[in-house]
Amino acid sequence: MSNGNLPEQIVFRIRRFAPGRDKEPVWKEYPIAYEVGMTVLDGLWKVKETIDPTLAWRASCRMGVCGSCGMLINGKAGLGCNTQIAELGTAVVTVAPLANFPIVRDLVPDLRPLFDAHTALSPYIIRADTAEQEEPTREYYQSAEQMEAYLQFSYCIKCACCMAACPTCATDPVYSGPVALAQAHRYNTDTRDDGFEVRKEVLADEVGPWRCHFAGECSRVCPKGVDPAKAIQLMKRQLVADALGLRKKPPLAQPVEKPEGIERRPGIPEAPPPTV
Amino acid sequence: MAKDRRHPNRLGIWGWVGGGSWGPDRYLYTLHRITGLGLLAYFLVHVVVTSSRALGEAAWEASMARVSGPLFVLGEYLVFVAFAFHVINGVRLFFAELGWGIGKPIEPIYPYRNCLDDQRPWALGALLLIAVLVVVGALDFFVWH
Ligand code: SF4
Ligand code: SF4
Ligand code: FES
Repeated sequence: MSNGNLPEQIVFRIRRFAPGRDKEPVWKEYPIAYEVGMTVLDGLWKVKETIDPTLAWRASCRMGVCGSCGMLINGKAGLGCNTQIAELGTAVVTVAPLANFPIVRDLVPDLRPLFDAHTALSPYIIRADTAEQEEPTREYYQSAEQMEAYLQFSYCIKCACCMAACPTCATDPVYSGPVALAQAHRYNTDTRDDGFEVRKEVLADEVGPWRCHFAGECSRVCPKGVDPAKAIQLMKRQLVADALGLRKKPPLAQPVEKPEGIERRPGIPEAPPPTV
Repeated sequence: MAKDRRHPNRLGIWGWVGGGSWGPDRYLYTLHRITGLGLLAYFLVHVVVTSSRALGEAAWEASMARVSGPLFVLGEYLVFVAFAFHVINGVRLFFAELGWGIGKPIEPIYPYRNCLDDQRPWALGALLLIAVLVVVGALDFFVWH
């Protein structure tokens, strides 16, 4: 069977680290048979099933949705499950854990710094009318333009590839990083949200966006097209405008009234009752 | 407390050189930081050298003699290059970091576009302007004088 430009046998060069046993990570090579359509994640499975069952990594959905399988593939941060080996075009595929996060074992990074920074920035809708939020009676109205202001940033799957490529994250453990900051901006620009003042307190501090100097590597590697560098620069504009008293606060989205005098067409069922 | 057995794996200063991705904007970022530190170092030396004037004319003449010669001319030229880069790239960053020239949020449809694509003409324009200054500066330092 033809493998395109790749040989029948390829080599996975994997950076291994066993806590307690290794002081430093070590590179190990594993020759495996290449199959058409093989992803880097498939290759790791092949190594685990046929050569070394102790190899560890994190993955779940295998379709670029869960954000578990971020790793450095031929040095570049990306998802193992949506990187085709054919697309890399190299007979030796190097795989290493995401940089800038402690390694738990082999290809498993400890992403807690990311989740802590994310949590600190209240990545959820904050409003005064908590009763309506807890027991919704209606939907909040939002125009298409209002939704477009944050939709792109809401596609983030928290894979951390951006933080492995960010030069500020490389030297600065205090910086929140592109994930948390882009998500803070995602909520700050959502017209249903009223939490700007709460997040502003955290963003004004040294964890905030001021240490980002637009290297843009986060946006370059993002496998979901989230463009966190854009979110961060737009957030800086919002914060500067706020400090100068020039921020235009859009009116808070309100629950839409149920339209009056409209008959439901026959055969269309009522919406189910809210579950949350 | 249990011993932390994880490997730290932070790239440190090497992360400025590369790691995870090698886009051109990373190098503008790195050069911006290096030129900034260089200018700061120059400024400190400059203050020390010129403050010798307060010690009288002889001290001033002596310190001026110490910082003359072809090596110092080259050094001053490098300070000029660093200054040209830091100022022009700094102006570009000032606007970009305030959300100008980076585009609006878009629907991410593959192949993804990002704000660096919108910023590209500005970055190239800044680099062109820096290159012109570097060449004119070289002529001024080494040919016209
Ligand atoms: S912004 Fe992109 S690269 Fe970063 S965590 Fe989200 S999906 Fe991953
Ligand atoms: S744009 Fe900011 S967050 Fe993104 S890689 Fe550069 S410094 Fe990091
Ligand atoms: S396994 Fe879920 S994103 Fe790769």
